[in-house]
Amino acid sequence: MTSEAVTITDVDKTFETRSGQVSALQGINLTVAAGEFVSLIGPSGCGKSTLMRLIADLDTPTSGTVQVFGKSASHARRDQDYGIAFQQAGLLPWRTVAGNIELPLALHGIGSRQRKERVAELIDLVGLSEFADRFPDQLSGGMQQRVAIARALAEKPALLLMDEPFGALDEMTRERMQTELVRICAETKAAVVFVTHSIPEAAFLSDRVVVMSPRPGRVQEIIPMRLGAARTEGLREEHAFFDMVTAVREALHQGSPVPTGPRGMETR
Amino acid sequence: MTDVQPAFAPIPPALRRRRSPKRILSAWGFGALGVLSLVAVWELYKLLGPEDGVVIGDIRVLPRTSDLAMPHVWDMLTRLAEPVTRSADALPLWVVVAQAALVTLGIAAVGWLVAVVVGIGLALVMQRWRIAEWGLLPWIVLSQTIPLIAFAPVVRSWGSRVEIGAFEWQDWMSVALIASYLAFFPVAVGALKGLQSPDAIHVDLMHSYATGWWRSLIWLRFPAAVPYLLPALRLAAANAVIGAVVAEVSTGLQGGIGRILIQYAGQASGDPEKAWGPIFGSIVLGLVAAGSIAILGAILKNYRRVEVNT
Repeated sequence: MTSEAVTITDVDKTFETRSGQVSALQGINLTVAAGEFVSLIGPSGCGKSTLMRLIADLDTPTSGTVQVFGKSASHARRDQDYGIAFQQAGLLPWRTVAGNIELPLALHGIGSRQRKERVAELIDLVGLSEFADRFPDQLSGGMQQRVAIARALAEKPALLLMDEPFGALDEMTRERMQTELVRICAETKAAVVFVTHSIPEAAFLSDRVVVMSPRPGRVQEIIPMRLGAARTEGLREEHAFFDMVTAVREALHQGSPVPTGPRGMETR
Repeated sequence: MTDVQPAFAPIPPALRRRRSPKRILSAWGFGALGVLSLVAVWELYKLLGPEDGVVIGDIRVLPRTSDLAMPHVWDMLTRLAEPVTRSADALPLWVVVAQAALVTLGIAAVGWLVAVVVGIGLALVMQRWRIAEWGLLPWIVLSQTIPLIAFAPVVRSWGSRVEIGAFEWQDWMSVALIASYLAFFPVAVGALKGLQSPDAIHVDLMHSYATGWWRSLIWLRFPAAVPYLLPALRLAAANAVIGAVVAEVSTGLQGGIGRILIQYAGQASGDPEKAWGPIFGSIVLGLVAAGSIAILGAILKNYRRVEVNT
């Protein structure tokens, strides 16, 4: 295994549409080190979700290569090297919380005793021990999202791919989930590729923030977050944190021709 | 039920799903009220309507009110308890009707099973290959435009020539086949819709787990199809009964309710109440067939936590 979780080299992605070809990504080069937390941020339509889908091998690049732990993306997918979480929790409504979390384990033929132990661990990790036998429709949006994260972590992946996982949550739940994610990442030592709309969210969570520009999606700037290791609630009120938020915001505005700020961007 | 619950205040499903005794009682009450009002309309029209019915131009839009055309409801019911014929060892009418209904139910059940297998099979092929959907679906729709009575005799005459080893085609198999012809349609359409119902996010998830088509089918598509399949199966059950009754009539099969329906209708001039026995019988038959799907629904209740309206 190389020390790099994700290596993206000269990736282009064009989509065929009825009105011709649309270039979604152009000349993307990016590496994510093992255990590193990298956020992709940019206005709507900048291709950040597409980029994540390429890493997950849910789409294939038009040209260029995507490597995950030194393997091709599709090889890494078949080896289950990553866990994935989307904006919607995407839980199966007919399975309980425990049943949803154990889904990847059951699909890959893990024995029922091991499965039970692992599920108990994960439910504990996301703080839903009392809800193991509930069904998704009995949970709030935040709880559902925590189940989805537990499911993504089920096979102890060294890489987590998250596409706006907190996008549909209210601000308070969102901040609590961010703190929990920081804790979970510290415990699992997984590398994370995190797609987000929110500047403070990216700044709070990340080691590096990748700022992207729209149409065609390009990497505009990569900003290292110099915030130290301790990502606690207190950080949200520190000067260093505001400086980083400002740095990301300025990088974003640079790439936008609209003087009022990029559209589709949350600055909260 | 189309009420959308806000994500923040989930109502405990106990309140939503489990019906209180009070609601069950009122459901039965409304059901009984419906039947009673039908009886009331029948008897009121019989009492007040003109003897010769209502005729507009040359068309009689409302029936004659004579005892021959519209027997009293109580007469029809008491007739059920009386013997079928005047011979000494004749069984009560309702027993004969029930026996015939059971025969038809058996045939319809076989037809229903065949329809479910064929319908789901077609849906699987259409789900798997887009091109099969384009090629097959129009024919499936078209198949339902052929009137049953047109091809029932054809099925029967073809069937009578089938003989493979010890297996010999029986007449009741023709009836079951025709019943399945009517019943496979809702299953095929409902199952296809159900199999295509999983969200893109679930399909992506299965792909990310490197799950093949068969395993995704079992873990994702079939469970997701249940809310679509149940109404389709109920419709198929009702269709199978109708198909069986009509096929019994048009192939002249003995023993089923379709046969006595025709037979007693022929005797209606002398015994008008008797003709209504098999009609009530077939209504009960349809209700039993459709109702038995409710048992299936109760078993699969965890798969229909998200109800769909189709």
